Amino acid sequence: MKRYVYIDDDESSHDIYCDNRISNRKYTVLNFLPKNLWEQFSRFMNQYFLLIACLQLWPLITPVNPASTWGPLIFIFAVSASKEAWDDYNRYLSDKKANEKEVWVVKKSVKKLIQAQDIHVGNIVWLRENDEVPSDLVLIGTSDPQGVCYVETAALDGETDLKTRVIPSACMGIDVELLHKIKGVIECPSPDKDIRRFDANMRLFPPFIDNDICPLTIKNTILQSCYLRNTEWACGVAVYTGNETKMGMSRGIPEPKLTAMDAMIDKLTGAIFIFQIVVVLVLGVAGNVWKDTEAKQQWYVLYPHEGPWYELLVIPLRFELLCSIMIPISIKVSLDLVKSLYAKFIDWDHQMIDLETSIPSNATNTAISEDLGQVEYILTDKTGTLTENKMIFRRCCISGNFYGNENGDALKDVELLNAVSSGSSDVIRFLTVMAICNTVIPTPSKTGDILYKAQSQDEDALVHAAARLHMVYFNKSGNILGIKFNSSILQYEVLETLEFTSERKRMSVVVKDCQNGKILLLSKGADEAILPYARTGQQTRHFIEAVEQYAHLGLRTLCLAWRELKRDEYREWSLMFKEASSTLVDREWRVADVCQRVEHDLDILGVTAIEDRLQDGVPETIETLRKAGINFWMLTGDKQNTAIQIALSCNFISPEPKGQLLSIDGKTQDDVCRSLERVLRTMRITTSEPKDVAFVVDGWALEIALNHYRKAFTELAVLARTAICCRVTPSQKAQLVQILKSCDYRTLAIGDGGNDVRMIQQADIGVGISGREGLQAARAADYSIGKFRFLKRLILVHGRYSYNRTAFLSQYSFYKSLLICFIQIFFSFISGVSGTSLFNSVSLMAYNVFYTSVPVLVSVLDKDLSEKTVMQHPQILFYCQAGRLLNPSTFAGWFGRSLFHAIVVFVISIHAYAYDKSEMEEVSMVALSGCIWLQAFVVTMETNSFTILQHMAIWGNLAAFYAINWIFSALPSSGMYTIMFRLCRQPSYWIAIFLMVAAGMGPILGIKYFRYTYRPSKINTLQQAERLGGPILSLGTIEPQQRSIEKDVSTLSITQPKNRNPVYEPLLSDSPNATRRSFGAGTPFDFFQSQSRLTHSTSYTRNCKDN
Amino acid sequence: MSVESSSTSVAVTDAQSKNVRKPKYSRFSQQELDAWQPILTPSWAISIFTVIGLIFIPVGLASLFASESVVEVPFRYDDECLPPDYKNDALAYIQNDSINKTCTRKLTVKNNMQAPIYVYYQLGNFYQNHRRYVKSRNDKQLRNKASEGDVSSCSPEDYTSNEMGHKPIVPCGIIAWSLFNDTYKLSSNNKDLVINKKNIAWKSDQLAKFGSDVYPKNFQTGGLIGGARLNESIPLSEQEDLIVWMRTAALPTFRKLYGKIETDIEVNEEVTLVIENNYNTYEFGGKKSLVLSTTTWVGGRNHFLGMAYILIGGVSLLLAVGFLLLYVMQPRPLGDPSYLSWNKNPGSLR
Repeated sequence: MKRYVYIDDDESSHDIYCDNRISNRKYTVLNFLPKNLWEQFSRFMNQYFLLIACLQLWPLITPVNPASTWGPLIFIFAVSASKEAWDDYNRYLSDKKANEKEVWVVKKSVKKLIQAQDIHVGNIVWLRENDEVPSDLVLIGTSDPQGVCYVETAALDGETDLKTRVIPSACMGIDVELLHKIKGVIECPSPDKDIRRFDANMRLFPPFIDNDICPLTIKNTILQSCYLRNTEWACGVAVYTGNETKMGMSRGIPEPKLTAMDAMIDKLTGAIFIFQIVVVLVLGVAGNVWKDTEAKQQWYVLYPHEGPWYELLVIPLRFELLCSIMIPISIKVSLDLVKSLYAKFIDWDHQMIDLETSIPSNATNTAISEDLGQVEYILTDKTGTLTENKMIFRRCCISGNFYGNENGDALKDVELLNAVSSGSSDVIRFLTVMAICNTVIPTPSKTGDILYKAQSQDEDALVHAAARLHMVYFNKSGNILGIKFNSSILQYEVLETLEFTSERKRMSVVVKDCQNGKILLLSKGADEAILPYARTGQQTRHFIEAVEQYAHLGLRTLCLAWRELKRDEYREWSLMFKEASSTLVDREWRVADVCQRVEHDLDILGVTAIEDRLQDGVPETIETLRKAGINFWMLTGDKQNTAIQIALSCNFISPEPKGQLLSIDGKTQDDVCRSLERVLRTMRITTSEPKDVAFVVDGWALEIALNHYRKAFTELAVLARTAICCRVTPSQKAQLVQILKSCDYRTLAIGDGGNDVRMIQQADIGVGISGREGLQAARAADYSIGKFRFLKRLILVHGRYSYNRTAFLSQYSFYKSLLICFIQIFFSFISGVSGTSLFNSVSLMAYNVFYTSVPVLVSVLDKDLSEKTVMQHPQILFYCQAGRLLNPSTFAGWFGRSLFHAIVVFVISIHAYAYDKSEMEEVSMVALSGCIWLQAFVVTMETNSFTILQHMAIWGNLAAFYAINWIFSALPSSGMYTIMFRLCRQPSYWIAIFLMVAAGMGPILGIKYFRYTYRPSKINTLQQAERLGGPILSLGTIEPQQRSIEKDVSTLSITQPKNRNPVYEPLLSDSPNATRRSFGAGTPFDFFQSQSRLTHSTSYTRNCKDN
Repeated sequence: MSVESSSTSVAVTDAQSKNVRKPKYSRFSQQELDAWQPILTPSWAISIFTVIGLIFIPVGLASLFASESVVEVPFRYDDECLPPDYKNDALAYIQNDSINKTCTRKLTVKNNMQAPIYVYYQLGNFYQNHRRYVKSRNDKQLRNKASEGDVSSCSPEDYTSNEMGHKPIVPCGIIAWSLFNDTYKLSSNNKDLVINKKNIAWKSDQLAKFGSDVYPKNFQTGGLIGGARLNESIPLSEQEDLIVWMRTAALPTFRKLYGKIETDIEVNEEVTLVIENNYNTYEFGGKKSLVLSTTTWVGGRNHFLGMAYILIGGVSLLLAVGFLLLYVMQPRPLGDPSYLSWNKNPGSLR
């Protein structure tokens, strides 16, 4: 399918394509109520409660007042409906703001100011500097004579650097005045979400250009949500509008996330529901049989001889209502309440505030904290997530002299400063290359400072460093660059720019020195791309050493070089270059070839070392979480070597001989298949060995693997604890998450840029780092944190506590509901199976909503182990990951407990209050008091730490129970008038209550003690150790270690082992085809690493699912 | 000249615009409240069980002793008072109004009974807790004269039949309708043992639940006669038998107070019972007994609590001793790190 866009021809497109209205709304005012109710009722629990509430309206069968169900039900519905409404209203507001923004548009050759939502396909849109692009445009003109403009695409792909966009050749040179009279047709594909592709053609109508077809690429477009920067104005033709833009197409509606725990609770609820149906059927049949055989003879019951047609249904339905409390209506409310409190604890946590920016952590999604405790895989971005994404110039080596080795900062190295001030020519040349061999654009800011707009962070770092060394690049006007060196101003004219490609691994500029007219070639690039082209006779040995040494420290190295060109040489070459640049076939290759002709015989000036610092605490965090049994995958858009280097330095993978890195590579399907097979075989063999095997794969091979060998790759994904995926696109990141999810693993994705958004949304838990790449990821994420190291606390402390607390709370909710329900069932056996409720409506309602809900809510403060212990023994997270605290068997324990307690309470009540005391209201209150006392002691026994709030809630609740019942007993109109006063005066009441407590709790205490002492779980052992101060505390302590290059260097000697992989220059590259360095698959990956942090054994489960 | 990178400035301003004020510090929000963290050490467990044992056994003994001291004389008369001719057709006997239902029996009291002696009637297999039965009353009608016509939830005993004018029945419902109507007369040594039928109902019921201006109306006038009739000139608050009966029992076997005897009964005294055996329990195989009983602080004769206390106390002591022995023979250092599998055997957590 194609679309034909006629430029500035409103009529033809009006009806075919949508307007530019953006809508993210879910509801409208009219459909809100039905749609929201429909959504709420699609939940099984809600349907169930509605059915029960409706049945209760039938007085013949209801055991209690219908209000006891309707009240809570309406409350729950109102709460979630108003929350939805509020969210939708906010979405509406933000849409409205975007839709009503005013833009200049050419319609029928007239320039008009209209609202963004009225832009139609084919309209010519004019933008000024710093405007947001309202729809997808094909550029037709810019303020730049060369037809270039700069856009910031951060909102789209998360990359903050400026991108260059050019107008199509067909529009080149059209006068500004004529631009809005332009007519033509653009043939483009139907809307899709690929932000890197736009294969289209443009044909302008006469008088502009006679029917020449001009090809368009993504380079000729500016897409919705980008910002126009550094360009006075630009204009373009709208080709995709509204929700059909590339941005709109890739904006998926994130599905609501359901935690593993919620799923388990739903499953258990289903089981209880089935149990309830069985109970109802059995009792219903028994009731009908009893009625026909016994009750008909009991004249005092006065059963009519002929009942109505529904007679057989009455008793089963009564039991259904009687048993409906088995599924506690309070559980959803309690869970929502505690979950939002968990989220608040995260927001409030002072230890997770990023002190540099003072941004606190934030839980956007309040519903999934428990899942944090069950994470099995962490998929992490690299740049900005593990590293600070702050490139800093650290060291350099200029013609054999090392600067910055002593203090780790060349900018403070006195020798270098002296060399600069003394005007050593080598140093000055070096600085010149640093300052101008780049594509950085300086712009003066209002305060007089100079702001640099750099496409790559490395160039930014170099220019800054040069400025600090008094070589200030302050101006670029046209092709003339201005440099200030110590107060003198130097000017250079840029003649050619030999752009960086990942094939060439270097970039050069050809400049004319305006002072003396010399033509210079300035180059910078990877060592392997520069050093071999050194002029004959130059010694490069010390540069190689420098590169090795720097790479070893995890620094990114660049070699700088220069050469003076003769005028003739330049003239000759520049002709060739122009020709190559304008070829249509194999242009890239031809250009590279031409560049090669001039980039030789270079005079190597030196080596720079730039640090992309790891964030504080990254290695410790990874190590701790590893110990907790969490597997790590690194998904990065960066290159393989850089990724591996970073992975090594942050304990992501281990060096030989402990670790082994397998590589999957290949350009063709067959290659990839073979390589995948080989890796898989090695993996299978080594799974039994205590060895860290990781695999590394790049985007190209990954694409093939995902498309053709999905099964094998999935198996690999399950086997590998660690993986590094390089050069992956945002959608591949999401696909990898999908694969792990399909194997039923809980995944957490963490990233900081817009390119991580899809992975973050796809994963069970998305964590965004609110960092330098903006807040894109943080906004889309469920949790946003300031630094990677907070992840440790987020998972081990918040996730774990949340899991434990919810596990208790949900099971307890079922326990207390089942308890009272079992008593009702037992009572029905002594009341002629007729469905009499032992308890009155008030008690039943208050029991569920009040007496038993309050004490358990304070379990949100319970801590089984202190935060410190958990951090020291992260392995304990295993209990959460494997779901050891909430699963069918623990639930069976609670089920059994409630059955046992029901028997205790029931048997004691009916025996202690037999014969002359067997008054209905009294027996009912005795049984109810028994339940309340028992539940207070159950909560006490399951609580690990008692704060003042817990004491208040547990014992205060018990007191409140009596207070409330005394109040009811004082009301003559209530059924239980004087009952509670009478009971409290009877010694036999208290004797019976204490008997229930002792008989109910004794066995549980005994079993708990026995298990605790003789069959302790790991948690128990740690509790004992923690609170008795056992020897365990001294074990396995991981001291947070300040990681810095400065510290490491002191232990390093200059001569380092030879075998190593250099870190390559991470200059910006748009090309997805980077050169790969292939590590023979299966062959040991030879690494040497200075840090030997991992000396003590770090062992962990490979996959918890195997348990 | 200071130099500022664009990307930094963007990030910083972005951060500042989003910069929420630092969340307030409190021990609650940091989850750092002081907490008491007990753990179940052997000393705790053993002492808890010992204490339970030491408290429960004496209490159990005391209540068992008290319950034992209660003198209880039950006399089941539903079959006893059935004339031999009607052995196989009890229903015909009880439903025939022309037969004299008086039944005289002698009873020897084995122990000395001290006043007050409570006279109960005990019904067995009688489901006062049946759902149809329990709900069949109207508390408003019983309390207020104004609500006399309120007979909701009393069906089928709500209105008199149409021939009788379809008038509301006071008190309505099948509980009142099935009021127990056997009567007892006791004498010993030809001297009447007076049964005081005053103050047998709960005072609170008389004051608040049953109106002093509500008089029975149209009661037991239908075709079906359930149980006792009520004197229409006495207000409901004084109809103590009715009030006692209307306190429905939770169990199918229950006792209700019939009256109190204010004189002592000596050892081996022979008591003559004159029973009007009117109430129909034969139809559903129910049991009727007359029970004479004294009372103590735990109530009537019921060994359950005492026995249960002694049992629980004994088991607790046994557990305490058991745990103590286990502790002595197999001491476990608590919190021994060697129990942590990742310390003991790397990789064995699976």
